[in-house]
Amino acid sequence: MTINPSAKMEETQKGTEVYNFDPLIVKSHYEIDYIHSYAQDSEFFRALGKKKLMGSKCKKCGYTYGTPRGHCMMCGAETEWYQLPNEGRVHTFTTCFFGSEEFLPETPFNLIMVEFEGVNSLFMARLIGAELEDLKIGMKVRAKFRRNLRINPTDVYFVPVKE
Amino acid sequence: MISGGVTKFAKANPEMDFRLLVKKAFDYALNDAKISLADFDGSVASYFSDHFQRQLMSGIMVHDYLGLTPKPSKRVEGGGATGGLAFQTGYEEVASGRMDVCAVYGFESMSHVNTWKGNEFIALASDTNFDYPVGGFYTGYYAMMAVRHMHEYGTTVEQLAKVSIKNHGNALHNPYAQSPMKLTVKDVRNAPMVAYPLTRLDVCTMSDGAAVAILASEEKAFELCDNPVLIKSIGSGTDTMRLSDRPFGKVPLLPNEKESDYKKLQYPGVHSFRAGRTAAIEAYQGAGITDPLEELDVIELHDAYTSSEIQTYEDLGLCKYGEGGSFVEEGKADIKGKVAVNPSGGLLASGHPVGATGIMQGVFMFWQLQHSIKKHFKDDALQVPNAKRGLIHSHAGTGTYVTATIMEAVK
Repeated sequence: MTINPSAKMEETQKGTEVYNFDPLIVKSHYEIDYIHSYAQDSEFFRALGKKKLMGSKCKKCGYTYGTPRGHCMMCGAETEWYQLPNEGRVHTFTTCFFGSEEFLPETPFNLIMVEFEGVNSLFMARLIGAELEDLKIGMKVRAKFRRNLRINPTDVYFVPVKE
Repeated sequence: MISGGVTKFAKANPEMDFRLLVKKAFDYALNDAKISLADFDGSVASYFSDHFQRQLMSGIMVHDYLGLTPKPSKRVEGGGATGGLAFQTGYEEVASGRMDVCAVYGFESMSHVNTWKGNEFIALASDTNFDYPVGGFYTGYYAMMAVRHMHEYGTTVEQLAKVSIKNHGNALHNPYAQSPMKLTVKDVRNAPMVAYPLTRLDVCTMSDGAAVAILASEEKAFELCDNPVLIKSIGSGTDTMRLSDRPFGKVPLLPNEKESDYKKLQYPGVHSFRAGRTAAIEAYQGAGITDPLEELDVIELHDAYTSSEIQTYEDLGLCKYGEGGSFVEEGKADIKGKVAVNPSGGLLASGHPVGATGIMQGVFMFWQLQHSIKKHFKDDALQVPNAKRGLIHSHAGTGTYVTATIMEAVK
């Protein structure tokens, strides 16, 4: 016999944070771990650990990318890995004084787009070792690599090069 | 288009959930054109993020709340351009002959999280393998594009500020707007720097809000509405998800431009929006427009940033590439200028509840072309005199999806 008309939900100390009664506003928490594969772009992240910055080059039309890209946007053909130069120039820049919650503790930080000699497209990265008033379009920058990898694109960052 | 409705955009609207917000805008639209639920053949839902509410299938929840089940409905999503894309999808539902009357509703409830978490959610609309972990901040991406625009063309921060002054100032007469303000160049430049060169007053806000557009076939439109507005043509374009992948090629020309105008320009790079230009070319072709500045009376465009309004003048061919800064400085985008741009106050001042924004533009344009701004705003300061033809422009990502739609007065 499992029927029990006097069944009662167990009471716990687990409550809910209430911000406001009318309208009723409550807090709910959400957290999740993703199992994320870098799939065809994996080589880029592995190479950062070897202090190499890898882009892509189209096997058919020869278009060169400053980013990993498995297939060419110009002709649709497969690309091959291609080592980018360690030095480039600032194509554009900004300094972020605010940011998304995840990056707020890192503000202010500099973002740059890097152009590499002879490469058809750009690369987005952080620049350290310079402040907003030092940043100029065309300034020479060099790639540096983290020793303790995060296995994300911030494993490479740039610093200014004295000219 | 036969009717429209918009809720007042606000930072937070905890008294109403997204369903009720849409219902308010929907009932306003029904009442304005004497339409009943039975007239509808279906709907299109417009909302951007599943993260803000952590509710999947929010679209059907609205459709359900409005009493439109079991009629057909679908959701359309494309970042910041979600509203523009949904509006065009509604147009396609009617133009294909599938529906005679279609409701397009847009909404976003962004107040469920704090502003900085909201920025994080929005930044998930950048490539999460390559761009999000580096910057993770849309204002940062746009700031880099603005810096390059300034470098290419000599655009100044004061010119950016002029856009902010114009749009916040226009909104003083728009009762639906979130942030009407009378500003000076000094106010804009002295506001806290968000990402150089963009200050707090160069950037739109997060909002809760909803907007509804009701579209109908020609026959139904005249049956249900005394003063419908024609959706003359639609255009849309795309560009690479990553800003870094943008090519350096040639400008796709509008009829009023020559190849010799841009001999040295490498396009789009990161200074211009190729998707916006592509959308404009298609929309102008469909409407037979060859000189947009002369042939458009009013424009509601996606000014999420002051810099992107200036960039968009150029993409839409209101001036040549490089002349966007002086275009606003010379007052050409003022209500009494060459073409009124964002008379409503745009996103900067009206607010940007993402999924609602593109529909809001459609509704404000509908009222402009009906010459009914006074009726809906209780103020006719923003009514563009003799407005006969307008363009609405919706924009996503770093210019990743862009739509342009031409609307015309019928009466």
